[in-house]
Amino acid sequence: MRNTSRNFYLIPYVLWIILFVVTPLFLVLYYSFFDIEGHFTLDNYKKFFTTVYLGMTLSSFWYAFLITLFTLIIAYPTAYLLTKTKHKQLWLLLIILPSWINLLLKAYAFLGIFGTYRAANSFLKMIGIGSKQLLFTDFSFIFVSVYIFLPFMILPIFNALNELNPSLVDAAHDLGGSSWTTFRRVIFPLTLDGVKSGCQVVFIPSLSLFMLTRLIAGNRVITLGTAIEQHFLVTQDWGMGSTIAVFLIIAMVIIMIVTGKKVVSKVL
Amino acid sequence: MKDNIIIRFEHVTKQYDNDPPVLNDVCFEIERGKFYTLLGPSGCGKTTILRLIAGFIGPSQGNIYFNGKIINHVPANKRQVNTVFQDYALFPHLNVFENVAFGLRIKKLKNAEITEKVKEALRFVNLKGYENREISEMSGGQRQRVAIVRAIVNEPEVLLLDEPLSALDLKLRTEMQYELRELQRRLGITFIFVTHDQEEALAMSDEIFVLNNGKIEQSGTPTDIYDEPINRFVANFIGESNIVSGKMIKDYVVEFAGKTFDCVDKGFNPNETVEIVIRPEDLEITPKDQGKLQVRIDSQLFRGVHYEIICYDQDGNEWLVHSTRKVKVGDEIGLHFDPEAIHVMRLGETEEEFDKRLENY
Repeated sequence: MRNTSRNFYLIPYVLWIILFVVTPLFLVLYYSFFDIEGHFTLDNYKKFFTTVYLGMTLSSFWYAFLITLFTLIIAYPTAYLLTKTKHKQLWLLLIILPSWINLLLKAYAFLGIFGTYRAANSFLKMIGIGSKQLLFTDFSFIFVSVYIFLPFMILPIFNALNELNPSLVDAAHDLGGSSWTTFRRVIFPLTLDGVKSGCQVVFIPSLSLFMLTRLIAGNRVITLGTAIEQHFLVTQDWGMGSTIAVFLIIAMVIIMIVTGKKVVSKVL
Repeated sequence: MKDNIIIRFEHVTKQYDNDPPVLNDVCFEIERGKFYTLLGPSGCGKTTILRLIAGFIGPSQGNIYFNGKIINHVPANKRQVNTVFQDYALFPHLNVFENVAFGLRIKKLKNAEITEKVKEALRFVNLKGYENREISEMSGGQRQRVAIVRAIVNEPEVLLLDEPLSALDLKLRTEMQYELRELQRRLGITFIFVTHDQEEALAMSDEIFVLNNGKIEQSGTPTDIYDEPINRFVANFIGESNIVSGKMIKDYVVEFAGKTFDCVDKGFNPNETVEIVIRPEDLEITPKDQGKLQVRIDSQLFRGVHYEIICYDQDGNEWLVHSTRKVKVGDEIGLHFDPEAIHVMRLGETEEEFDKRLENY
């Protein structure tokens, strides 16, 4: 009796998963075996292993790596400081707030700020560096991406730090550990799960960014995300687009397995 | 300064923001090689003292001396003390060996030396062969031992223990009391043990500090504190007591429950109002006409080693009696006690005045 009612409640969830997760995945896989005229072919896969697409893959990974790295470098100290503040939940909320604003709006805002005669350049002139080309550069692309992903990295790290038993830190000091040793040997290893999930949430979407590459990087940065978009919307080569998507999905699965949470049995 | 003093608190106050002070103008000295207990109810400031000695916090006012030097601003990692934490604070990402080796690795000892020291230390507390266990695989009592070993392997001059037995069950706790006492004797270093359990304090300590509301109420050996409590709080907190108010007629004569009795206390003003303490085990049940006090039995509870009997005298004072003899509820009986069993307490006396008066006996 109880089992049947439990299964009954599962129906919406299962339906959702089948309709919007499993089916699209199979569709993507299915389309990747057809060329632009609808003939079955393996050419898409062969094409993926040419320098053009491999270069694109490499560049996608490289930018995703840079974005994740800089986000982490900024997010960890921020999360650490947050746990030390008095009203930490309020500060956390303020940091998370921008993530509720649509990504496109934020991108357009940066177009304004980074323009040749806008705020950022005025500031550069004021401190004596002089006007610079900011938009459509690697710098602006990575800067804006880091800005957008920051809350997603801070949140899991903040949670991990917040859950850390403070007497473990006391214990490390007590046993002679300096602040740095305590961080390196106790705090960081024990918050590694937070860091891993943060990296996951940043790295995986970074791989397939395409709006930002167009708006902020002016299509000078071509990632796999851009390529998929172009194939589906511009060249109408759904087969090739799907093939790239298949590889992207494989990459994501691998990343999730590699950074997946090791089951650390919690003590106390 | 005497060189057997290892730690000295000089008018130490600890206060957070504008809250009432957690510790209020506390002074005491800790001698080398003894087992000290800080005893008091929760919130009395005992853990604060421990954290001040460990260096996790600094005093708001006053000075803390260690081996004659002020250590107010010496960080925790530079102090010759180690702590056993209440929740043990073992590192969950390291195994038993690495937990114990933590302090040694920071001191940059050679690997071979670390291995030898850790193994030796684990053998010391009967944990040989547990080196590669994860902390999550250890029982409460074993974790407790790992926590102790992790501290003593660094050869501290003072070991601080923050209610380390409170998470253990009764039987294990009693066992560990013996082990800790034994360990302190074998190591010969100073132990400062924090607890709210008075039996634990009495059983283990050379010296007990009884704390209440951020102040030391009384310090002394377990027998001193049990036999000569300074005031109502200490008398109630250490063991069970009958406390009644009375009047000191003159030296060696005290009046309470409407009668006068011989006692062994002196040095009070004539007719001074005082409080009388008689321990329940010092009261002896006699036939009604033979006792010094006549009481009616109100209730009786079997406690295993003794009966806990509550009686009332004609003035309405309650008398708690521990007796191995069974009585009948509602009977009238007599209570006998020796003059030595009467302990007289002056109201509002400080520890200094109390000590001075005791010296004049």
